[in-house]
Amino acid sequence: MNDAFRLLEGTVLDEENTCSFGELCRVCGASESAIREMIAEGIICPEGESPEEWRFTLVSIHRVQTVTRLTRDLRVNLPGCALALELLDELDRMRSLLNKSTS
Amino acid sequence: MEYKDYYQILGVARDASPENIKQAFRKLARKYHPDVNKAADAEARFKDINEAYEVLKDPEKRSAYDQLGANWQNAAQFQQHTGQEGGKAYTFHSSAGGQDFSEFFEALFGQAAGRDSAFSGIHAGGKFSLRGEDQRVTVSISLEDAFRGSKQSLRLNRPVEDAQGRVTMQPQQLNVMIPKGIVEGQRIRLEGQGLPGQGGAEAGDLYLEVRFAPHPLFRAEKRTIHLDLPVAPWEAALGATVTVPTLDGKVQLKIPANSQNGRKLRLKGKGLSTAKSEGDQIVTLKVVLPEAHTEEQQAIYRSMAEKMAFNPRTELGV
Repeated sequence: MNDAFRLLEGTVLDEENTCSFGELCRVCGASESAIREMIAEGIICPEGESPEEWRFTLVSIHRVQTVTRLTRDLRVNLPGCALALELLDELDRMRSLLNKSTS
Repeated sequence: MEYKDYYQILGVARDASPENIKQAFRKLARKYHPDVNKAADAEARFKDINEAYEVLKDPEKRSAYDQLGANWQNAAQFQQHTGQEGGKAYTFHSSAGGQDFSEFFEALFGQAAGRDSAFSGIHAGGKFSLRGEDQRVTVSISLEDAFRGSKQSLRLNRPVEDAQGRVTMQPQQLNVMIPKGIVEGQRIRLEGQGLPGQGGAEAGDLYLEVRFAPHPLFRAEKRTIHLDLPVAPWEAALGATVTVPTLDGKVQLKIPANSQNGRKLRLKGKGLSTAKSEGDQIVTLKVVLPEAHTEEQQAIYRSMAEKMAFNPRTELGV
């Protein structure tokens, strides 16, 4: 069917829905070892005991992709990415507070 | 096609050393990286910066670009001069990594030049295949649409293959369902709607980042909708039932007696809710004082002053 008439429905990358280890690797185009390193760095945090049971919130997809881009484009290492993500989250919170006080 | 001054883009002199060029590139790349910089033009600037560096970091490309000067439109001759070959069978357009170069660049160096890093594809059985790149787009919607869910029509530059098998970017309309209760900054993944794969590999995905257009009344903070509600002093003091706008239409809100300015009242479920998470509306009371202009109006305030025995500055110790 022509895309102009088709209504596309996507998946919201939220905290409510989860994906498996394999799905996370596939969607992000990342290797298992890269994802394991991000877990070790605390960038993403799966629920579950073993890798077979791991569930990642869909927000993890965005975090992994951001880390992949920062690593590739700016040559930031993993601890640097973890720090950058925390600072970006903080910046978002500050911006929202700023909107609050100016509105 | 527009001439690009790569030196100006990187903010360096025409005789800048390779070391200076590298420093300028790294500094600007950090500043304008689309994951870090939320400005609307950040992605375009980031691409320009990468393109400029691609040329200026390479002595051969840089000297060719320098020689070209203002005669840049003579691109055919230029390509012969540098031994580059344009118009290869495959064309990459990537939304990330700065590998999506301008028409100007492609006219000078050919389409496949500088895309070496994009060739890390999978060679299965000698056949070249590469998953399509993901695309990212920001979508601005109204709070009303976020509350109810909505259909959004987007016009995006999307890859279209022509009769010769050459892929070019053309504007196309996409209709996307934005589900009820989406929160600002959330992303929606549309599987397989990114750039097409090469050699039979699957297409990339399209990611929509949702932003809210400013609203004259409401402000969203995650799932919570905030509204400042002006009230008269007697409504705050005596209590009242007032009509309040919500994203779900008007509702009646009971203001308890002796409410102070700034008191917050919760309207359950009137925020951005999904099937799993409920959002509320928080109404913050703003007591607005009527001005006393006539003798009668002033008499009311005077009578209050006499009868209320009220010092608003007790906390200041005065």
